[in-house]
Amino acid sequence: MQFTFSEEQTMLGDSLSRTLERGGDVDALMELGAGAALLTEEQGGFGGTGTDMLMVFRTLGRGLAVTPVLDSVVLGAGILAAAGEADLAEQAAAGAIRVAVALDEPGQRYDGTVVTRAAGDRLTGEKTMVAGADQATHLIVSATDGLYLVEAGAEGLTMRSFALMDGGRAAEVSLLNTPARLIGGLDLLARPRAAAILAICADALGVMERASELTTEYLKTRKQFGRPIGSFQALQHRMADLVTEIEQARSAVWNLAVHLDGDDRDRHVAATKSLVGRVARRVAEETVQLHGGIGMTEEYELAPMVRRLLAADARFGDSDHHLERFVALWAA
Amino acid sequence: MDTNFSPEDQQFRADVRQFLADRLPERLSEKVRLQKELSKAEIEEWHAILNERGWLAGNWPKEFAGAGWTAIQRHIFDEESAMVHAPRILPFGIAMLGPVLQKFGSKEQQDKFLPRILNGQDWWCQGYSEPGAGSDLASVKTTAVRDGDHYVVNGQKTWTTLGQHANWIFCLVRTRTDGKPQEGISFLLVDMETPGITVRPIVLLEGTPEVNEVFFDDVRVPVENLVGTENEGWTYAKYLLTHERTNIAGVGFATAGMAALKRIARAQVANGKPLIENPLFAARVAEVEIELMAMATTNLRMLAQAAAGQVPGVESSMLKLKGTQIRQAINDLTRRAVGPWALAFPSEAVDGANDAAPGPEEAAAATRAYLNNRKLSIYGGSNEVQRGIISKQMLGL
Repeated sequence: MQFTFSEEQTMLGDSLSRTLERGGDVDALMELGAGAALLTEEQGGFGGTGTDMLMVFRTLGRGLAVTPVLDSVVLGAGILAAAGEADLAEQAAAGAIRVAVALDEPGQRYDGTVVTRAAGDRLTGEKTMVAGADQATHLIVSATDGLYLVEAGAEGLTMRSFALMDGGRAAEVSLLNTPARLIGGLDLLARPRAAAILAICADALGVMERASELTTEYLKTRKQFGRPIGSFQALQHRMADLVTEIEQARSAVWNLAVHLDGDDRDRHVAATKSLVGRVARRVAEETVQLHGGIGMTEEYELAPMVRRLLAADARFGDSDHHLERFVALWAA
Repeated sequence: MDTNFSPEDQQFRADVRQFLADRLPERLSEKVRLQKELSKAEIEEWHAILNERGWLAGNWPKEFAGAGWTAIQRHIFDEESAMVHAPRILPFGIAMLGPVLQKFGSKEQQDKFLPRILNGQDWWCQGYSEPGAGSDLASVKTTAVRDGDHYVVNGQKTWTTLGQHANWIFCLVRTRTDGKPQEGISFLLVDMETPGITVRPIVLLEGTPEVNEVFFDDVRVPVENLVGTENEGWTYAKYLLTHERTNIAGVGFATAGMAALKRIARAQVANGKPLIENPLFAARVAEVEIELMAMATTNLRMLAQAAAGQVPGVESSMLKLKGTQIRQAINDLTRRAVGPWALAFPSEAVDGANDAAPGPEEAAAATRAYLNNRKLSIYGGSNEVQRGIISKQMLGL
């Protein structure tokens, strides 16, 4: 077993990081293939494996890039491709259209209950925390009998958007007799949803790497009592524990990446999301504490990392939700 | 638990509870419960209500128009206030500066400043930390150089909580650079209206400008604003810090937070049942509640020692450590209890155009409280500093 990236994957990761360092926008990332790398050749892309996702999202996480790639490509294009909507999937992967995926409903926590109903080709229901909805050209909406495609601006479609902890935006979406087209069954969600969980875990890994590098550097440079605070053994040991936890998270992400299309995908989804969510929270808390006051300020670069790590845990089921899923799968 | 309290103390608790029921405006307690920012006027309003009853300065002796409460009465007041989400009494004038002026200030300073703290004329802030002097407070670099009957102050203070509302600041300044760093510090009272002072807000993780930087550029301060003796300020600073540590365990806040956590976990639904019935989540809450029960008693045991005349010492470090750990654990579980609602960033300060976050109001409050209370383990002597005190002073390591 090899835990290395192919030459192509490494080149893509390098060019994405360079572009992010130069302040490149989403279009620039898409032009380099950040989207196409997430689809297989038969889906119109040039990658689509778990390790492709790991490389792309770890890089986006490290660069703290706020992009629609996870929602529009991994979920959106992933679902469209699985539904046989090849043209739309390719356009989403190229950034020509933007897809938001509306699955969760208010008050249902992480249990995935869907109440939204279709009557003929019209949908009525409420969706919550729909990431990227206000920028989307298309919405994929789950209803009791399957997945529907809704165009932005469709009759009866309203939304109220707000800021997310990860730096992006989401909306509460309401559909009232909204024209929609059935594209497939709810079973199409399985792989795209697992891939999205891999993506958010890889993103969190990249953020944790950045946060830990920043904190290590701070421990080396910040002086109190006439010496760098990193010379105090109490802080050295905490930092050592933290990077050891991050190493565990890295392995968990690899586990899911290499099992994304295997028989025991569900078990790895639960294990990885549970571990990464827990470690992400810990890294968020510990990096703030090791910095002291400066780590609590909006103007210091740690702030967006902290909030993004908390969001990574809270999305697609938190660490406890996946811990319970993991236990439930023992019996399976 | 009530068996720990004398009949007098139990009567006092009943009086406090009745007073809070009668006089605490719901307008204010709702804002506190939902972690919303109180305006200057709202904080002053609550101070005035307490002052009218003679309860604003529970820790001050009666000779200075304080309530002259015992440590146990103060604990009861703090606990009852937290349980009903009363605004906290600003510590800067009442808990910090007041005791310093009463012990070390001149008669003139006491007569001038103490009544103005009580009647709300002055809003004090604390000029202790500097960018280079956090845990290592003795390394403050802001200088005060004598020039005739003035000191000329230059330098920078930071983490000045609510300094944007203050008209006075008490500062640790360096008046001597030779010798041990602790021996060249003086305690100076500075009018914030003096030319040369600039206040710059610092926005925190949850999006509120709760703290500030304060810059001093050739600020002229009359020598009569020196407290006590020049170069003796470290003694006064340490005295102040011991007072900052009363209520350091935050038992009242933790108890109120635990009640709110359970309320939220009953209202949130996970897999068709109230979240509180989820065995995994219930166990996480129960573990913290059990810790809180023990910590509340640790706190009372130490209060009893204080009542018996023993000076609170290194034990307060254990209370700070455990108290903040418990409060942060409650904040963490409360934020996790609201599940996906915690994805929203409920900050209007960071994104002015931001619409209100969705979900129940408690969800936004949970996120704000979690982020803001990361400070608990950093301020007032970080938890690392407290561990150092415990291991050195208590264990002799």
